Amino acid sequence: MMAEPFSGTTEHTPVTHHILSVLVENKAGVLSRIAGLFSRRGFNIFSLAVAPAAEDERFSRLTIVVDAESAPIAQVVGQLNKLINVVEIRAMRPEEAAERELLLATVAVGEAGRGGLLHHVAHAGASIVDFSDDSVTVSLAGTPAAVDAFERHLEASYASVEVQRTGRVALPRLNPPA
Amino acid sequence: MKITGAQSLIKSLEAQGVEVIFGLPGGAILPVYDPIIDSTIRHILVRHEQGAGHMAEGYAQATGRPGVAMVTSGPGATNIVTPISNAYMDSIPLVVITGQVPTGAIGTDAFQECDITGITQGITKHNWLITDVEDIPTVIAEAFYVATTGRPGPVLVDFPKDIAQTEVEWVEPPTFDELDLPGYHPQLDGDPALVEAAAALMAEALQPVLYVGGGILKARGAEALLALAETTGIPVVTTLMARGAFPDSHELCLGMPGMHGNYTAITAMQEADLLVSLGARFDDRVTGRLDAFAPKAKIVHVDIDPAELNKVRRADVGIVGDARRVTEALAAASRTKAQADRSAWSATLSGWQERYPLTFEPAEEGQALKPQAVIEALAAHSPADTIVVAGVGQHQMWAAQHWSYETPYTWINSGGAGTMGFAVPGAIGAKVGEPSRTVWGIDGDGCFQMTAQELVTARVEGIPVKIAILNNSYLGMVRQWQEMFYEERYSEVYLTPDLPNFVMLAEAMGCVGIRVDRPEDVVPAIERANAINDRPVVIDFRTDASEKVFPMVPAGASNSDVVVHPTQREGA
Repeated sequence: MMAEPFSGTTEHTPVTHHILSVLVENKAGVLSRIAGLFSRRGFNIFSLAVAPAAEDERFSRLTIVVDAESAPIAQVVGQLNKLINVVEIRAMRPEEAAERELLLATVAVGEAGRGGLLHHVAHAGASIVDFSDDSVTVSLAGTPAAVDAFERHLEASYASVEVQRTGRVALPRLNPPA
Repeated sequence: MKITGAQSLIKSLEAQGVEVIFGLPGGAILPVYDPIIDSTIRHILVRHEQGAGHMAEGYAQATGRPGVAMVTSGPGATNIVTPISNAYMDSIPLVVITGQVPTGAIGTDAFQECDITGITQGITKHNWLITDVEDIPTVIAEAFYVATTGRPGPVLVDFPKDIAQTEVEWVEPPTFDELDLPGYHPQLDGDPALVEAAAALMAEALQPVLYVGGGILKARGAEALLALAETTGIPVVTTLMARGAFPDSHELCLGMPGMHGNYTAITAMQEADLLVSLGARFDDRVTGRLDAFAPKAKIVHVDIDPAELNKVRRADVGIVGDARRVTEALAAASRTKAQADRSAWSATLSGWQERYPLTFEPAEEGQALKPQAVIEALAAHSPADTIVVAGVGQHQMWAAQHWSYETPYTWINSGGAGTMGFAVPGAIGAKVGEPSRTVWGIDGDGCFQMTAQELVTARVEGIPVKIAILNNSYLGMVRQWQEMFYEERYSEVYLTPDLPNFVMLAEAMGCVGIRVDRPEDVVPAIERANAINDRPVVIDFRTDASEKVFPMVPAGASNSDVVVHPTQREGA
């Protein structure tokens, strides 16, 4: 059921994070079990995203981005697999994963600055989701790097920016690098 | 047939073959205690919930069957947290049923409410909160399946009071094969290619050691181990959790490794060119300073828990599987392989055994008893199939060292968690499981005072255990560390030898109490105790407080720096 956890990667290529795609049973407390496991074993989570699994309503799929420095990935996978409600784990290195993330940002901007903001939004492939007289809420879905760049740009350009990101979701690349 | 949820729970436990429950009722679990009156299951009423948990563990360790404990919500549940943690560390199959406030009251800080599934999440294999009365037979079947298969361990089922009172149509529980647990598939058989690779490493190794842990006992693998050792001629060390898995009298037996292991077992591992770990987990008490542990050894690591492989020490060959099955496969693969000539290794090991046997200096005229001598006398004057159950501390180490264990399941203790107070209830549970055998609890005076009240349970329920207190009037292991590493600055370790008066305390609890001060009284007291079978016996052995456990690998030190008994040191 479980993909082979790869081992020894950090010896060859410096990897700062790993991505785990985890299929879990939709049972009460399952998120708490996973969060508790990470905290008591000293594994650091960069981000965690959860949604019902499309293929079967009994399951949910989690994408967990794990700090590769905090523990060997095989140990993280091994311990997660011991949770009874964890059904399947796919561990991916960044280059093996197609990753996406969604950002929402509310930017304080009056009439005068709107043109500039709309230009940034169009350039980044973002969109406007809401606005008022003094603020605009924009969204961007993209690779983590693109979302990082857009967020940095907003924060550098506007005095007040409120950002909410979803954390990454990921699936294995269909043609991973050899 | 309509029954209540409480009746459904008891019927579900009966369906799992439960013969005894250790427990103590209270408000939230009260409905479940009514159908117990009509059940075939024996209920043993403890005096404190911690006792119920350790009794269930002693029962499980002695019999191999899951131990079952039942307590109420809130403080009843939190009082059994220590045994659950103990079972988690030592991989003991334990099923704990806790009462819970009614489902509508959960989350309101109701009387005797606590979030026991949350509290025990990190110390159970899994836990369940029952929210639908129809789920009871399935959840109980799942609980027993999870507790007893794969790497065994504790599970907890939290049972709200209103569910116990709801009526339901009884449905027979599913069999283990019918359970729907898509995330739980223990792997029992080792990969044949890896078994072959491991057998090849074993055959060519010049200084190999079989490093045997508690997993071999959990897997009922002692016979397979004997076959593997004799087929390959590879010597065996048995960890604290594996004492008895291999006969101490066998010529290939090197005894116990670790912080208080014997010199040969420690040093053989340290000098080995191959360690074959069977159901052991490279615990810090075995490895000493990890980066200095067995520096020349290749590692074959066999474990049913995949997460144990490479957790502490990288394995050259890591095999996931049941310790008995993989050991059998290794023995079969080894039969066709010529083993390397290991006469030099054997000679080295024999030399160490001769130079550094376990030793102590006998008491001189008028001195207090030597604790090691008491253990040796107990072993010599008790039946061969006696079950020994220890607490935690110096007495535990001496009992592990100085009793010769010849058959499996004769040694029970609290290893990973180091739970003081385990011995009295642990011994009671073992005796319930093996009523025809002699059960000696070997305890310290500090440990004894933590759970002694369960001797009332033992007397009332007719469970004639025997308890030997090695009374040195100290928290002896802590005292030993303060003597050796804190410049003899003794801080909060003196317990006073006469308070309580252990003989009077034993008698107040309906036991026979005996006090022994002089060496010549040791054997008569043991023989008298072994002849009493209608009630528990407590012997207060007054032992020498200055005795320390040797050998010792100081915490954080390399196993190469093992401190042997003073009489064996250079220049001694």
